[in-house]
Order: sequence, then C-alpha cells, then structure tokens
Amino acid sequence: MALLDIRNLTVEFPTSRGLFRAVEGVDLTIEEGELLGIVGESGSGKSVTMLAVMGLVTKPGIISADRIAFDGHDLLGMSARERRRVIGRDMAMIFQEPMTSLNPCYTVGFQIMETLKVHIGGTAAERRRRAIELLDRVGIPAPESRLRAFPHQLSGGMSQRVMIAMAISCNPRLLFADEPSTALDVTIQAQILDLLVALQRDEGMAMVLVTHDMGVVAETAERVVVMYAGQLVEQRAVDPLFETPVHPYTAALLDSLPERNLGGRRLPTLPGVVPGAYDRPEGCLFNPRCRFAEDRCRAEAPVLRADPGDAPIGKVRCHRPLGPDGAPL
Amino acid sequence: MFRFVLTRVSLVIPTFIGVTLLTFALIRLVPGDPIELLVGERGIDPARHAMLRAEMGLDKPLLVQYGIYIWDVLQGDLGRSVVSRKPVLDEFLTLFPATIELGTCAIIIAILLGLPAGILAATRRGKVFDHTVMGVSLTGYSMPIFWWAILLILLFSVKLGWTPVSGRISVMFWVEPVTGFMLIDSYLSGEPGALRSAVSHLVLPSLVLATIPLAVIARMTRSAMLEVLSEDYVRTARAKGLSPLRVTWVHALRNALIPVVTVIGLQVGVLLTGAILTETIFAWPGVGRWLIVAVGKRDYPTLQGGVLLVACTVIFVSLLVDILYGVINPRISRTR
Repeated sequence: MALLDIRNLTVEFPTSRGLFRAVEGVDLTIEEGELLGIVGESGSGKSVTMLAVMGLVTKPGIISADRIAFDGHDLLGMSARERRRVIGRDMAMIFQEPMTSLNPCYTVGFQIMETLKVHIGGTAAERRRRAIELLDRVGIPAPESRLRAFPHQLSGGMSQRVMIAMAISCNPRLLFADEPSTALDVTIQAQILDLLVALQRDEGMAMVLVTHDMGVVAETAERVVVMYAGQLVEQRAVDPLFETPVHPYTAALLDSLPERNLGGRRLPTLPGVVPGAYDRPEGCLFNPRCRFAEDRCRAEAPVLRADPGDAPIGKVRCHRPLGPDGAPL
Repeated sequence: MFRFVLTRVSLVIPTFIGVTLLTFALIRLVPGDPIELLVGERGIDPARHAMLRAEMGLDKPLLVQYGIYIWDVLQGDLGRSVVSRKPVLDEFLTLFPATIELGTCAIIIAILLGLPAGILAATRRGKVFDHTVMGVSLTGYSMPIFWWAILLILLFSVKLGWTPVSGRISVMFWVEPVTGFMLIDSYLSGEPGALRSAVSHLVLPSLVLATIPLAVIARMTRSAMLEVLSEDYVRTARAKGLSPLRVTWVHALRNALIPVVTVIGLQVGVLLTGAILTETIFAWPGVGRWLIVAVGKRDYPTLQGGVLLVACTVIFVSLLVDILYGVINPRISRTR
C-alpha cells in the first residue's frame, strides 16, 4: 500500500470569469521512504497539489478528489480535528520563503517546541532537549543559544534550517519540500538540498521535492513527475527521464539546462509561458509552445497513458510522444 | 532596550515646547478680556481695569508674557485661576481622577468589545457577522457624540429609569474623597449601595465616551488581522497542525496588535477631547467640563495650564505605546 495515494485531485479557484483550474485530475502515489521529484515551470500546479494534500488551500479554493489517502486513511473523510493530528506530525511541509515563513513575534525555540507540545506532549524540559537536538541535527551552531533567537536575527539559510527542524520534529513519514532552496543565495542552496536529502535517507521518511534544480533531481530522486498547467504530463523513473524524455515539454525543459549545452553558443529556451486562467488553449495545453504540435494536438486533449517503454512507472500525456532519437515516433 | 527607551523619551522635549507655544498663542487669539468677563455687567472703571491687567501681567508684550509663563512652568508653577484664585495645578489634580476614571472605563469597554469584534469579523470575512460589525462601527464612528448621549439618556434614564441622568454618585451618599476615584472611594466608604450607585452613574458616560474608540479599534483590528492572516507564517502555523483558534489568537493576533496598539494610544487623545463633551452632557465633574467653563471665562492661566497638563498626559501615553511596541514586536527594540 502506498503511503500517500492521490486520485483525480482537482483544485479550483473562482475568478471573475468562472473557475480556474490550478490542478486538474492529478493521480499520484508516494511510497514509504521514497524521494519523488516534481518539476515544472512556475504556475504548473506543483505547490497547489501539495498544499491541497496538507489542507492548506484556503477559501475560496475548492478541492475535489476521488481519494486522498495517507497510510490507508482517507484525509477527505476525516474531521478537521482528526486531520490536524496527521498534519504537522506524520506529514510536514517546508516552504519556498523561509524568511517570511517563521512568525516574527516568537523565538525559534517557542516555534519548534510548540509543534512538539501539540503533537507529542511531554514535559517542557523534554521538549527543550528535543528542540536543541533538532537544531543541532539541521546544522545550526550553538543550538542552545539559538533557541532564544528571533527570526529576524537569522539569515535565510538559517531560517530554512529552522523550518526543516520544525518540520521533522515529530519524525514525519512524509515531507513536502516546496522549492526549499529557490529563495536562498546560490551558495546556500546546495547546502540546504544536501541537508534535506541526508535527512530523508537517515530518517527513512518519504519526501516530495519540488525544485528547479534538475541536477539535484537527477542525483537524488528515484522517480520524477513533470507537471504542466495543473496536469501531470509525464512520470518516469529518474534515469530514463533524463536519458530519453518522452513528452516534448520534458525534452524542452531538459534542453534548457546549461549542463546539457556545454560548448554551445546559445542556450535553447522554451518560448512563451504557462497558460493562465484566461488563455487556456483547446486540445493539448502545451500545444502553442510545442515544436511538434499538429492539428490533432490543437483539437483533442490527450489523456495520461501508461508508457510501455518504462512500465510500470512510466506515464505520459501526449499525442506525439518522442522516441529515443528525440523525434516523435 | 534601555537606549530605545531613552531615545523615545528625548523626543518628548520638542513636543512639549510646541504644546506650550500653541496653547499660549491660540488662547490669546480668542477675542474677549478676562477682566471684563469677570466683572460682568457691572462695568469697571478704566483705571482699575488697567491696574488689574498690570497685576495679571497682561499689559506686557506677548513674548515677555510667554517668557514669564515658561519660566514659571519650569518651576512647576502653572499660575492661579483668574476666576477662583486657586492654583491651577491643585484644581486640575482634584478634577483629573474623575476624568481618568471615566476615560479608563471607556477605553476598557472599547478594547474588550472592539478587539474581539475585529478579530471575529476578520475570520468571518464577508459573512453576516462581518458586515454587521463593520456597519455598526461605521454608524458609531459617524454619530455626533452629544446626540448619541442624549438618545441613551432618553432611553435608559428617562424611559426605562435604569440609570441616573448625571453626576458621579447619588446625593444620598457622602463619600470621603480618598483616591479621587469614585468607584474606589465609594467601596472604601463602606456605605451600603454607594458602589452600586457610583457604577450606575458611570455606565452611560463611559459607554458614550467608548463609542468612537470602540468603532476605530474594531475596524483597525479587522484590517490588521486580514492582512496578517494571509502571511506565510500563518500558513506555517496551520501546517504544524495547530487549531484554528491557536492560529488566530496566538500566531496572527500578536502580529496584528502592532497597528492596533498605535490606534489605541491615539484614542487616548480622542478620549480626552471626547471627555469635554461627555462630561458637559452628564455633568461629570472632570477636567473636560472645567476647561469648557474656563473657555467661557477667558481664564487664561487655567486654560494654559489645563491644556498643557492634558497634552502631557497624551504625550506620556504615546511614550508608553512606543515602549509597548518594543515589547510586542521584538524587531523594533532589538535591531537598533
């Protein structure tokens, strides 16, 4: 049984011109202890998917799904109170903006110990000991004195380490990391990602890593999901995805990586942007930007099909999947 | 923290000088002569008039008058009332507790009702409760205070007979003024029913005085909460699995309080202005009514001294608010 099983998840937001689908019919499973990478441009629904599972999509957002089951228990059928017992304890999340994600009015120690108090209990001394241990675990020097620090006294990297300490405080079985390094200095980015990957391995927890850093995905993830405009467009094991991408969008993303273009004079780019609420095309959502689009792509929306080349993980949503030579079959 | 307090305190000095200048100048802009008003219709012999003017120092150039005034103020002498011949400071100190009592009750009512109303309105944004709170507070804010007071008197005092019309306590009781605060004094007097009578006298005026601050606090709390509720750290708090109650009252409220505390501090000024009207309507023997009477009599020393003391109170409260910021928001006191 999968640790997290999402079936047909849709998240919609009302706009002045009707409902906007930020996430559309996403099926996703995450196994115990697995590291899943999710990639895609901004606006492709990666964050909203995770927020929906965590129950953090606020009104007026509308979540619908056939099933969102964590460890066999359907989160949708639970009362809010039951759900809060899972969130923050078994399932935790860290965010893109560490500097604004910590409450400026409370000390680091208070914020970590609060999570422990709510989910685990114990005495104040025990919680304090655990908080120091956690800060030490995420690589914060002089953890004992850092307990009294306020968020504004921390750098971005330090803040993200505190967020990570908070997230892993109750030994979660699943950690969502939503672009955890994007807002940080380049020099710190690698440190934070290394820390997360090390924690994931040591603690044996499952992790969903959303990142723009394809290098990290290639090195660490076992399975990769590519999202575009709220849809899951390709899912594969990591090596085949990087070697022979099947969806033209995946291929275009990979082409734009500098490390794949050593010696080239110009870095290939993917023109255009992800369609928003008002400019969703007919047919395949990617067709206006696709090099291989033909009439059928502009008329008929493709469905997500199993890819026989990479069974049982491989799935692709395309009328003209690419072959090993990079051209449509 | 000490340095923070010190810089704030040093900023008080220029404000203080500004206040003395302003009251001194404004009062002299009002037409009318204190001596003529004092003698009334009897008229006065010009020689005697000139003598009295000289005696009060009113014949000197304005600048010299101001110099003398400041010199006296620095020595703690606010002068004597032209009318009663008593020292201004003594009169102020006898009357001020009544105003403080009224103002404190009003601000407590305003905070106790306004803060929760604003918070609940923010968490129920767009619902009936939100619209009701906003509508009622707008009405309260826009209503002329004297008219509102008269409406309340008509309903509760005249029609229902629940509360007395005016004064601080029923004439049936003689209460020894120990602290000057009627609630405390009437309790200390041990007379049965005295405290009850004092409370019933206090209810209407403090409700009237609380109306505007209550409306302002409710609206400010709502907008501050709405802003804070969409912050990333509120999402973090929810991601920790905290209850909505804890998210709102612990994580959001503390951040929202910063602008709200500013507004509450500013309301103290509004309260003291409002007290002038409220005290006049309810015949409440406080500083507000005293100042109104002084304006009528062109009692320069009383007005100068009284306004200065009221201004000092406002300055002092603003200072407290500034220091309170540092306590609520660690970023303010620690980063300098």
